[in-house]
Amino acid sequence: MDETHHFRNVVLLWLLATVIVTPIVVFVIGPGLPPGNGSVEASGQVTDNTVLLATATPVALAVLVYMAYALVAFRERTPEVVVDGPGIRGNASVQFWWLVVTTVLVLFLAGYGTVRLLADGSGGGQGPNPIAIPSAPGGGKPLVVQVIAQQWQFNYRFPGYGGVETGAIELPENTLVKFNVTSLDVIHSFWAYELGVKADANPGVNNVAYVTTKGPLTFHVRCAELCGLWHGYMFNQGKVVPKAQFALWIAQQQQQFAPATKNLPPYSKTYFPAPLRRGG
Amino acid sequence: MSAIAVSVPAPRSGWRQLMGFNLLTGIVLGIGGWYLGHFIGDHIHGAGVVYYSTEAGQNDIAIMLGYLLGVVGFLIGLGFANYPVKRLVGAPPSLTERESEEHGLLRYFSLSTDHKVVAKQYMVGIGLFFFVGGLNAMLIRTELLQPNVHVFGANQYLTLVGMHGSMMMGIMTSGILGPFANWLVPLMIGSRRMAFPRIESFTFWSLMAGSVILITTIFFGGFQTGWTGYQPLGAQGTAGYDAYIGFFALVGLSMTLFGFNLIATIVTMRAPGMTWTRLPIFVWGALSTAALMLLAAPMLIAALLMGAMDRTVQTAFYIPGAGGSAYLFQNLFWVFGHPEVYILALPGMGILLELLPVFARKPLWGYRLAVAGMLGVGFLSFFVWQHHLFVSGINADLRPFYMLSTELISLPTGFIFLCAMGTLWRGRIRFTVPMLFSLAWIFNFLWGGISGVFNSDVPSDVTTHGSFFVMAHFHYTIMGGLIFAFFAGIYYWAPKMYGFKLNETLGKIHFWAMFIAFNSTFAPLFGLGFMGMPRRVVTYPASFQGLNVWVSVSAYVLGLSLLVFLFNVVWSLLIKREPAEVNPWHSKSAEWQLPTPVPVHDFERIPVFDEDPYPYGVEPVPAGAPVVAPAGGSA
Repeated sequence: MDETHHFRNVVLLWLLATVIVTPIVVFVIGPGLPPGNGSVEASGQVTDNTVLLATATPVALAVLVYMAYALVAFRERTPEVVVDGPGIRGNASVQFWWLVVTTVLVLFLAGYGTVRLLADGSGGGQGPNPIAIPSAPGGGKPLVVQVIAQQWQFNYRFPGYGGVETGAIELPENTLVKFNVTSLDVIHSFWAYELGVKADANPGVNNVAYVTTKGPLTFHVRCAELCGLWHGYMFNQGKVVPKAQFALWIAQQQQQFAPATKNLPPYSKTYFPAPLRRGG
Repeated sequence: MSAIAVSVPAPRSGWRQLMGFNLLTGIVLGIGGWYLGHFIGDHIHGAGVVYYSTEAGQNDIAIMLGYLLGVVGFLIGLGFANYPVKRLVGAPPSLTERESEEHGLLRYFSLSTDHKVVAKQYMVGIGLFFFVGGLNAMLIRTELLQPNVHVFGANQYLTLVGMHGSMMMGIMTSGILGPFANWLVPLMIGSRRMAFPRIESFTFWSLMAGSVILITTIFFGGFQTGWTGYQPLGAQGTAGYDAYIGFFALVGLSMTLFGFNLIATIVTMRAPGMTWTRLPIFVWGALSTAALMLLAAPMLIAALLMGAMDRTVQTAFYIPGAGGSAYLFQNLFWVFGHPEVYILALPGMGILLELLPVFARKPLWGYRLAVAGMLGVGFLSFFVWQHHLFVSGINADLRPFYMLSTELISLPTGFIFLCAMGTLWRGRIRFTVPMLFSLAWIFNFLWGGISGVFNSDVPSDVTTHGSFFVMAHFHYTIMGGLIFAFFAGIYYWAPKMYGFKLNETLGKIHFWAMFIAFNSTFAPLFGLGFMGMPRRVVTYPASFQGLNVWVSVSAYVLGLSLLVFLFNVVWSLLIKREPAEVNPWHSKSAEWQLPTPVPVHDFERIPVFDEDPYPYGVEPVPAGAPVVAPAGGSA
């Protein structure tokens, strides 16, 4: 077979594979991609992951289809005799078009990611001066929740509710929540998986992440940065609940922890980290 | 050179060889140095400077000084001080050290200036620690068989994770360059040696000293920071973290000097006619890696030095409560750390593109594009490090830049894929064992690259960062890339390096077992990461147990497949040894035109090159015909 014939075969096989696989990826695998639809930002990440996967699929298929074709069509049929293949050393137009296509793909991905990121911050930690602030549903101010990480637990402080600090977290539904994440000792990472939130907790730094909750759900919080001995045990569960239930819960917390709240240091974006001690 | 009086000491006989400068003396002096350093440290360490150290009853100054003087003693014992001391006192220096065959096996246990000896030292030394690191991985997977702690405690588990990561990232940086670049680069460019043969040997022995130091961490309580050694967690650590610092600082030193030596060799010691466009692509891979090593590794040494000072002389570079910054270490570490992962990847690309022409019987397709790809990857790798810190809260407005620069790396990486695919185009592909490993590289690295797109995209990275997804990603690029290329190299070059060919059938069993088990181990980890399993946890939700058990069992099979390789070595070397042909693969590159074994000084006359190493398909050349004029060759 001559050169154009092989080329046509590869292109046809690739088109066939792409036409079959890409819709499966977008419509079957896509909706199941993480982190699910627990919040507006989480849904945004699902969309983002779907776009990335849909863009990557034809590229991966191009390599796989080509390789499979080449290994079959270009295999040595008479291994006992050493015969050289043609002395082709390159092809300027193939190289040129490869460069053009991959550049366009890369610029598209970077542009798309940037637009998505700047729209609402995608639930990621943005440091003390956030650049992407989503608007709250129905306007108004976000609910501020401070996440205080320490070896080896997360505590949550609500400055809008008398600065009460609790070990549990509940959030009202359909609300913009502003997490102020900080640490008292080493670097931790606050990862609320179903909400699509991840923000490193650095000692002496206020790392802000936004999330817009949807309907009620239970979410899992895990530490995503190795923080020492009991890193693996640094997790808890939180809930997104109806607004009335949240008001009830936070009132309970205020009442229950009132004696402790009195003795807490005043609410602050960061706390002077405790002196380092040697761990085991 | 001829003006210097040269003394070549004659080898001693019998057991008296053990007296003198060799590994045994090195170990004795190393242990002596450790006790001396510890003794001095105990006396420096007065009450006035005690702040953190006393709480765990350990004196970091004594331990650091012990490591330092131990390494110095070890290197003196090996003979690294002889040359400078001789020059200082005006005695005639020996320009070569233990090159001749008369020294026998002792060459391999001492300072040798023969690049082929150093390469073989690397092969065994690296192989040993690769085995230990792999064993650590087996133990990690054993612990993860159940959601709760059941074999090791949290401390042992994290120490295993840290040792596995440090060994693989620290020692395997030289995994391909150590054995293969030391051995091949001089042969490929027509040189008789590396530019700085003593430094070449130094890089090996300092790496070994560092590896032993890493293992001593288990005597001091281990370290819980993983291979990244983040501060201020590191500042909290027991003296086990001192071992981590000592290890990685020596790795950094070894890498810096290795890179410097390779660059000097490749730039200045090419034979006549070996122009830049005739340089074998593996040498380009080594050169671009060397540039990264030289520029990135000093950053690591600096970062660790500051950490060591925080722990010993009570500075506070990384301690936020005392005015330091936790971000500082993260930045410095990843300025080194991201080039580091390309230090691991680039030599694999070099081996891939070096082998494909041989087994597709075609010239390398798009030579200049491949070179541009390697240099481009190397260049861009210095501008991407903050993608490790996307959710850290640092420089939020710079994230689009780092997203772009990270995704741009896929362009030069794409060149490598295009060149590999182009080389296969209408070739005559022979499925030998080295070729199978090369083809597996393409498959594995493809998934590594595709998953990298998710990590580089900030919105997607919010979920994948710090999860098993990232872990699967870099195992696909490093194990799937570096280790598969490493085995491709061993199967391919063993006949020339060691004079025997590894058994093809056992090789194929090894390959298929390793390839299938590798994918079966790491592909599910993408899923676990997507489901929300963080890295480096000793416990996990019970719902993840099924996949984790699957992964652990696959990992055991992966471990067993490496035993097949060891068995193959024993079988082919000891049981059914068949002397290898001079050029069993009918390769046309320079190293295969030399006799087996390659003579001590490689070439009797320096060869003259008049074409690139891939003259396949140009004209009907009889197989095995010489490309260069070999010296006293048997070809």
